[in-house]
Amino acid sequence: MASTSFVRGKATLPDLPYDYGALEPSISGKIMELHHKNHHQTYVNSFNAASEQLEAAESKEDIAAQIALQPLINFHGGGHINHTLFWENLAPSKNGGGGEPAGSLKTAIESSYGDFSQFKTKFNTALAGIQGSGWAWLVKDNETGQVQIRTYANQDPVVGKYTPLLGVDAWEHAYYLQYQNRKAEYFSAIWDVINWKAVEGRLK
Amino acid sequence: MAAQAKYTLPDLPYKHDALEPHISAQIMTLHHTKHHQTCVNNLNAALSSLSTAVAKNDIVSQLHLQQNINFNAGGHVNHTLFWENLIPASSPSTSPSAAPKLSAALTSRFGSVEKLQEKFNAVLLGLKCSGWGWLVRDIESGNLELTTSKDQDIVPVGKKPLLGIDMWEHAYYLQYLNDKGSYAKGIWKVVNWKKVEERFESSPEGVFGILSGLRSSI
Ligand SMILES: [Fe+2]
Ligand SMILES: [Fe+2]
Ligand SMILES: [Fe+2]
Repeated sequence: MASTSFVRGKATLPDLPYDYGALEPSISGKIMELHHKNHHQTYVNSFNAASEQLEAAESKEDIAAQIALQPLINFHGGGHINHTLFWENLAPSKNGGGGEPAGSLKTAIESSYGDFSQFKTKFNTALAGIQGSGWAWLVKDNETGQVQIRTYANQDPVVGKYTPLLGVDAWEHAYYLQYQNRKAEYFSAIWDVINWKAVEGRLK
Repeated sequence: MAAQAKYTLPDLPYKHDALEPHISAQIMTLHHTKHHQTCVNNLNAALSSLSTAVAKNDIVSQLHLQQNINFNAGGHVNHTLFWENLIPASSPSTSPSAAPKLSAALTSRFGSVEKLQEKFNAVLLGLKCSGWGWLVRDIESGNLELTTSKDQDIVPVGKKPLLGIDMWEHAYYLQYLNDKGSYAKGIWKVVNWKKVEERFESSPEGVFGILSGLRSSI
């Protein structure tokens, strides 16, 4: 192939749209800093490393190596996408975070879950039911247009049939320094910093 | 109805602060009295629902309970094995020389005990989920192997667990934060080689130590 010298753009760590301490008291500044600067950065670095290896395998037409790299791409690429979406669907309480969804999002949630408080209860049940590491998402089913709650293991990204709308990180690193094993308290506090405008924007 | 025998949280064979500075007292206390206790509580609740479902011939509910039992029973088994294969750094059992037969077998399999430790740590750091790293012995062949289990899965049938390391973030985060490499390095200072050698030599049943006693009382 002629184009083997093509160089892919590297994934980079996005800046947070608020300060590390801006989500307190729901999420401590220390957690936000480690989560963004260390955990997310590691996903970005490891994704770029795996992408380079993939590129090399592709140029050598080494199919076995390309397949063997898929779990790394899925994990680190998923970690990068998931955290990017997560930061964006959060906002400080005094700057748009919390409250309730409006407009078409409100209608979609009510059509699937009756009302906002039932939706919240179901979402928290889904979060509490994650065994191991993972995420809970409100997604849109691209075929039916309906919204629904789904959980994903580890860093599995929301792709394919579903569009991610709202993600909550249920890995222990997302809450442990502040809440330790009391994860239900984290799940209940996070509603004060959900950026419903951003979530609604993804529905369109 | 006969009262159902309940699983209970085992006492640690040492104090919560006894693994300092390699594992902090705060981690050990939460890990043992909260995380492990929650597994035990959820296991007992699931088993009691299961016996109700069995009595009612409700097979659908029995199937729905499997995942819950797998997770919480696995958590109970894994953590019990974990506590037993750790010991304060001051103990002579933390030296591989306390496990002469196993050390010889590890040397012939991995080159040296240090090489085994390096490989084991690479396996631990490669986990892409919450889970465990294990040194196991294949029951048929007697071979030593490194493996991982996700979430709270126990080691598979046919393998005897010798040494288990918890790589859930709750096992190290309060002390090591995202630096799981330092946790994986530090934990070798508190590995109970004497216990690991006991498991190496014991029957597959015997590995489960105090759990086999519990099992027979159910
Ligand atoms: Fe995270
Ligand atoms: Fe997992
Ligand atoms: Fe644990």
